[in-house]
Amino acid sequence: MSALSMRNVWVEYGDQIVLERINLEIASGAFISVVGPSGAGKSTFLRLILGQEQPTRGTILLDGTPLPPEPGPDRGVVFQRYSVFPHLTVLRNVLIAYEFEASKILGQLTGGTRRAAIAKSEHLLEAVGLAAHRDKYPSALSGGMQQRLAIAQALARRPRVLLLDEPFGALDPGTRSQMHALIRPLWRELGMTVIMVTHDIKEAFGLGTRLIALDRPRLDPQAPGRYGAIVTYDLDLSRGGPVPIPRFSKSLDPSDQDGARERRQNA
Amino acid sequence: MNIAPNPRSGLVLGFLPFVLIAAIYLVASAERRAANPDDKLLPPVAEMADTVRRLASEPDRRTEEIVLWTDTAASLQRLAIGLSVATLSGLAFGLALGVLPIVNAAFGAFVAAISLIPPMAVLPILFIVFGLGELSKVVLIIFGVAPFLIRDTALAVAGLPKEQMVKAQSLGASTWQVAIRVILPQIMPRLIEAVRLSLGPAFLFLISAEAIAADVGLGYRIFLMRRYLSMDVILPYVAWITLLSYVMDYVLAQLARRGFLWAYVEERR
Repeated sequence: MSALSMRNVWVEYGDQIVLERINLEIASGAFISVVGPSGAGKSTFLRLILGQEQPTRGTILLDGTPLPPEPGPDRGVVFQRYSVFPHLTVLRNVLIAYEFEASKILGQLTGGTRRAAIAKSEHLLEAVGLAAHRDKYPSALSGGMQQRLAIAQALARRPRVLLLDEPFGALDPGTRSQMHALIRPLWRELGMTVIMVTHDIKEAFGLGTRLIALDRPRLDPQAPGRYGAIVTYDLDLSRGGPVPIPRFSKSLDPSDQDGARERRQNA
Repeated sequence: MNIAPNPRSGLVLGFLPFVLIAAIYLVASAERRAANPDDKLLPPVAEMADTVRRLASEPDRRTEEIVLWTDTAASLQRLAIGLSVATLSGLAFGLALGVLPIVNAAFGAFVAAISLIPPMAVLPILFIVFGLGELSKVVLIIFGVAPFLIRDTALAVAGLPKEQMVKAQSLGASTWQVAIRVILPQIMPRLIEAVRLSLGPAFLFLISAEAIAADVGLGYRIFLMRRYLSMDVILPYVAWITLLSYVMDYVLAQLARRGFLWAYVEERR
């Protein structure tokens, strides 16, 4: 179980209000796409759930208990860059997650426990198609392969929530669609809640079961920091087909929100 | 800028300045010797070679020790102890400063201030506090080199992407585990490079301390021979010190390359 709820969450940096009045109930196992223009607080939103930043006001609950104020193994993360450790080989990049878990002082495993952890790591690498590259260093991998490694790494500790911060933003379109084909079955299989921040609208609609748009609806030209971003659209995308087709499946037009809500109620 | 030497001509070009300076020395030495047979300033190579052979193989009449080797051993021991302590403290304090914001807030400015004190200015204090023995020389090297290593290490830690620390924590790592498994291995190549750059200052402090108060050591010998204008001892000693520090530099560079292959992958491509 991994339901998230954000209750009246505000984030302020001094005078600057970044996020305001964020009220969200995120169901366990949902795939949330977060979109919005640059500077609308998408990354701040993600860092809140990650525990890297604390809300100025309000509370965030994970399965009913307040989030600890620091990152932890129940919330995995894949960043756009710098997600993997350059000084470790592909296998060791995944293995280190188990080493952190089992060896508190040295962070190293030996003997049977090490072999078991290696087996688990190899299984994960196979799932993301990197088994053949297990002894390479990340610098020898392409951008897509590095992101696949970062995903395998993030899944090692079986996080309840997986946070993706523009994970495919730096990849070429072909690699990106490969990554989409990879992430969806993994999400289905592991049943975790995924929150993905993205700039790519197509990706947001194609992958998510729910789309959240953050934006600043009010702007005071004399005091640009006076109003923060709020959730401007909250669309339910859960449906059978993986990609919605305009006019045939559900409307993609954000102004058709009422229609979406109606359908949700009917469902 | 587009004309680059091939490997062989590059080697030749690299040796050219050395050959040139040697040739100039030979000519100048011969000319001075021709004008004044007692000239001490530029002794001929044969005379220097003879002196080196004597220093390296015959025991001194007074101490019955072979001068070159006892000098070298004494100096290298001081240098090794000083540099090791400085490196270890650079690593430990630099990591603490870089990783823990509280430690940085408490000691960051302090270390920065300490590193601005000219080490030679405190040498008298060291002589007074630690006496004229080995300790004061070693402490001078530590005092001169450690603040730089600490600050460089702390900067190296600060230069690592924040994402890596967050990622490691999201894999369940504690602060200690992040420090030893994620940060420590990544700053080691940079630390070794910083130690390489510190070799020069370390020798400077060593020789200064030896020049002022010592009874054995490379720096002591040079400054002792200055009184007799014994260029035939001083010049080979300078060359010997240069060779020693070159070898140390080379060994450290190889250590970094062999031990931390991943750090030099980009470079090779």
